[in-house]
Amino acid sequence: MSAIHYLVFLPLLAAAVAGLANKGAGSTLPKLVTTGALFASAALSWMIFLHYLGEGTEPSIAPVFTWIASGNLQVEWALRVDALTAVMLVVITSVSSLVHLYSWGYMEEDPDQPRFFAYLSLFTFAMLMLVTANNLVQMFFGWEGVGLASYLLIGFWFKKPSANAAAIKAFVVNRVGDLGFMLGIFGTFLVFGTVDIPTILHEAPSMGGSTIGFLGQRWDTMTILCLLLFLGAMGKSAQLGLHTWLPDAMEGPTPVSALIHAATMVTAGVFMVCRLSPMFETSHVAMGVVTFVGAATCLFAATVGTTQTDIKRVIAYSTCSQLGYMFFAAGVGAYGAAMFHLFTHAFFKALLFLGAGSVIHAMHHEQDMRYYGGLRKEIPVTFWTMMAGTLAITGVGIPAVLGNPLAIGFAGFHSKDAIIESAWAAGFPSAFWIGVIVALITSFYSWRLIFLTFYGKPRWAASEHIQHALHDHAHGADDHHGHDHHAPATGTGGYHPHESPWTMLVPLVLLTVGAVASGFVFHGFFIEPEAGEHFWRGSVAFNEHLMHAMHEVPLWVKLSATFAMLGGLAIGWLAYIRFPAFPAAFASAFRPLYLFLLNKWYFDEIYHFLFVKPAFAIGRLLWKAGDEGTIDRFGPNGFARLVALGSAGAVRLQSGYLYAYAFVMLIGLTAAITWFMVG
Amino acid sequence: MEHFPILSIMLAVPAVAAILCLYTNAATARWIALIATLVDFALGCWLWASFDLGPHAAQWQFVEFQPVFGRFAYALGIDGFALMLIMLSVFLMPICILASWEAIEKRVPEYMAAFLVTEVLMIGTFAAQDLLLFYVFFEAGLIPMYLIIGIWGGANRIYASYKFFLYTLLGSVVMLIAMLYMIGVAGTSDIPKLMAYDFDPHVQTWLWLAFFASFAVKMPMWPVHTWLPDAHVQAPTAGSVILAGVLLKLGGYGFLRFSLPMFPEASAQLVWLIFGLSAVAVIYTSLVALVQSDMKKLIAYSSVAHMAIVTGGLFAFNQQGIEGGMMVMLGHGLVSGALFLCVGVIYDRLHTREIDRYGGLAINMPRYAALFMLFTMASVGLPGTSNFVGEFLGLAGMYKVSTTMTLLCTTGIILGAAYMLYLYRRVVFGDLTKDDVKAMPDLSLREILTLAPIAAVVLWMGVYPESFLKPMRADTERLVARIERASPKGDSLPTAGHPAAKPAHEAHGEAH
Repeated sequence: MSAIHYLVFLPLLAAAVAGLANKGAGSTLPKLVTTGALFASAALSWMIFLHYLGEGTEPSIAPVFTWIASGNLQVEWALRVDALTAVMLVVITSVSSLVHLYSWGYMEEDPDQPRFFAYLSLFTFAMLMLVTANNLVQMFFGWEGVGLASYLLIGFWFKKPSANAAAIKAFVVNRVGDLGFMLGIFGTFLVFGTVDIPTILHEAPSMGGSTIGFLGQRWDTMTILCLLLFLGAMGKSAQLGLHTWLPDAMEGPTPVSALIHAATMVTAGVFMVCRLSPMFETSHVAMGVVTFVGAATCLFAATVGTTQTDIKRVIAYSTCSQLGYMFFAAGVGAYGAAMFHLFTHAFFKALLFLGAGSVIHAMHHEQDMRYYGGLRKEIPVTFWTMMAGTLAITGVGIPAVLGNPLAIGFAGFHSKDAIIESAWAAGFPSAFWIGVIVALITSFYSWRLIFLTFYGKPRWAASEHIQHALHDHAHGADDHHGHDHHAPATGTGGYHPHESPWTMLVPLVLLTVGAVASGFVFHGFFIEPEAGEHFWRGSVAFNEHLMHAMHEVPLWVKLSATFAMLGGLAIGWLAYIRFPAFPAAFASAFRPLYLFLLNKWYFDEIYHFLFVKPAFAIGRLLWKAGDEGTIDRFGPNGFARLVALGSAGAVRLQSGYLYAYAFVMLIGLTAAITWFMVG
Repeated sequence: MEHFPILSIMLAVPAVAAILCLYTNAATARWIALIATLVDFALGCWLWASFDLGPHAAQWQFVEFQPVFGRFAYALGIDGFALMLIMLSVFLMPICILASWEAIEKRVPEYMAAFLVTEVLMIGTFAAQDLLLFYVFFEAGLIPMYLIIGIWGGANRIYASYKFFLYTLLGSVVMLIAMLYMIGVAGTSDIPKLMAYDFDPHVQTWLWLAFFASFAVKMPMWPVHTWLPDAHVQAPTAGSVILAGVLLKLGGYGFLRFSLPMFPEASAQLVWLIFGLSAVAVIYTSLVALVQSDMKKLIAYSSVAHMAIVTGGLFAFNQQGIEGGMMVMLGHGLVSGALFLCVGVIYDRLHTREIDRYGGLAINMPRYAALFMLFTMASVGLPGTSNFVGEFLGLAGMYKVSTTMTLLCTTGIILGAAYMLYLYRRVVFGDLTKDDVKAMPDLSLREILTLAPIAAVVLWMGVYPESFLKPMRADTERLVARIERASPKGDSLPTAGHPAAKPAHEAHGEAH
């Protein structure tokens, strides 16, 4: 047993203890066990990570035991650690342990806390299995395991129909991606005769120019394999087309959104592309598709994010958009930058989600930003930490231009600028421009969130959640549901938001440290040409030349992201502080555009019309017209009618079947025996 | 006979117990049946433990041979495939008896006897080494099941048992004729000898089709599957467990034991038929499962979809496909059996299989909800559970032959998730609003004893399937070697790459 074994299996053990004890042992024991295990894992992860930052170590593989052995297919349970894994370990266990702690406060009043903490720890285990996989099948195990945990946690409040629907949607949409992943594994196994990742990556470069049959056509081998695998990544990382589950996943408790649907699980697709980067490098077509899908998602999700009013949905679309950044970074070959953004994003996005959770907690479960306003004095810690998160995601910092020797800024400044600059340096001007435009939109919607929530005057009184809270205080239990949307009441309504307990504030403050400093402190290891080469040590296809080129882009390219950020801030400030009537006027002036964005480009409606409804209709048709109307009608029922024509009654006939059956068997056997006796 | 005739004893124990049952009252019959099935399970474990897995192990072990008359012999013996299927049978049997403990109230002694006879016939089918002996066990196995549905079944049991019977009869008559022909040509009814006999490829096609007629119905493959939903809906819980758990495996076992090794050329020639029907079955029955309002019907349709992966895998002509097919059979036997038990648990409380009558069970039946979730996830093929290993291997094997058919069959992982999670949501999730549902108590100890062992094996098989793959490995290798000469060419045919074409900056990831 080495450190990595403990690191990975402690959360599993804790999940089992918490899940089996369930309510039998009260809620404190499961909480202590799971949270304790996660902090232990986090400590071990940082030790491993610091080791890689320091002298650098060769990849290690800790075997567990054989999983599947069938002919030349050999699949081992094994834990691989290299620089890429170490980065993921730190991200997963740090965010997960803080989310565990945060949930002590956030889930305080929930009667099902043991189950919640068991699921959280189970998720962490599955995610750790995913990133330590040394073969594609174990990666798929983790992949599906996190999918299961995500499903269980989205539907954690299983009494709510919307939560159940969202949980199923998440699982099923992810399975569409998994179809690609599975076929990709089959194809890879067929071509390379193994599912062992190092072997595949070693062999992949020699497969250039090879062709393969798929669905009756000939294709470039590596292109088709990469695209199939990438389909899996698109599902898990909610990329355009398979993104529809992510916003709905916000039905889950907010700590879940922070951990699974922002910091860790949804980045699994990016991790996969980086892990298999030597494979993707062999296909220009696949790389082009990754870039295109990433850029398209980046733009799409950002535009939708500008119109949403649910605080969690805004952050969810923001996540989707930031994942797009990571993908197009990978697509242009800047894997270091993609992983860097994954790393910094984990901190600031978890921070934003947990901050949003703190706001929701303070506002008595109200999630609609239209009913917020003026909260910065009421919940100052939440305000300042979310402010740090916003400065990080919008990329505030001072670029290294005009004689300034050292770029310095919040986390997102370093990582996002690296992506935008490397898109330019790699010769993808269209991706570069999308990156810049999205930087502007990101800044706009992020500041919009801050302004609507913390600035302006309170608009709490109109919220039904707040009214519930007030009524509960005033009259005890009250089922007053006649809330009035027609009366846009403003003001506090006499409600007093309360700052969250220390269990929730400590994670916020710690994540703030990450959101502020992780970019500046670590950028050398992730993206500097020499240091990066030394740090990654081949665990991703680190492109030293591209990283050099990135530092030598023209001045205006370096400044573009910062100007875009300032532009977004200015528009946000004008629209939501200076002229608060402007957004409504804009929305009514450009109503079709507004509705198009508000309804998320109508993806859900189109999918419902194209897939969900037909599936049920065809199912009913096949059942009624196929099974009953054709097969049974002309099969057994037809036969029965035929026989019944010449028979006294169906009942006698049917009760006679057993004897007929035994009789036929006997006849047959007698015939056989006679034949042998004679022969 | 040199050694202890353990297979005969495994046949004798339930047979004797069945007779004893008929002469006792209900309470005693239950105990006799439970003890007899447990003894058989213990014998099965011994069988597994003493099964030789060494490098020089014989293919056929525990062989017993007793000439009866003419060419007909009482010949028993098992290989790894048979061993695993016998284990599945003897494992599920005590669980079935326990599941019927309170649910069956009328004619208990006869009911228990019918189950014990089923056990005899199932073990006999898997252990028979004589073609005619196999035929007797194989066909007779349906008679007790027919009775179980017809006597202890639901309201529409007569129609169901009639349909069940009609389908299976037609297939078996044709198969018997083919068997007689084979014995005549090959001059032996010894199955191991027949497995090595090379029939004329032209005749093979006809023989293959004759066997196919019987096995396809048992499987069941589309479009001869419509007896299964009715049979399941009408059968008592334990009847469904055995039907799904073991009887559906007879078809797959038949393909594995007869069609592939005895008619390799015909098998290769007709792969398109098997693959085509399998792909249709996956999509068709999954969509039909999606719209079912009866829990048992839904699971029955899902069985058809799962068994299509078995046929696809078996006819992939490679090790992954065949081992995958076998693993799906074992996994599906456990999981669908467990799902039927789960339905039985709540059926016993509310006496309805209507999905919409339930809802919110997670609140008052948390243990039930947890176990049901595990089996739902296993049915969906989540890695770490038994079904994933089988589905993954089966589809991986199939991919080597046809990418298109594999794509179509793999859609089952999407549709399967949709119908199973939709079922689970309607039964277990949601709020608890109905008064009679609120009154339902959580699992009793007896019910936990039926479900927990299956749950344990489902996880075992998912995490360390080597225990189950190992006994079958040598047999699969032999089978693959036997059919290799006819193995169909795949449609992938990757060509070699040109190392020169690799991108200039690519080497950095690896070389430095």
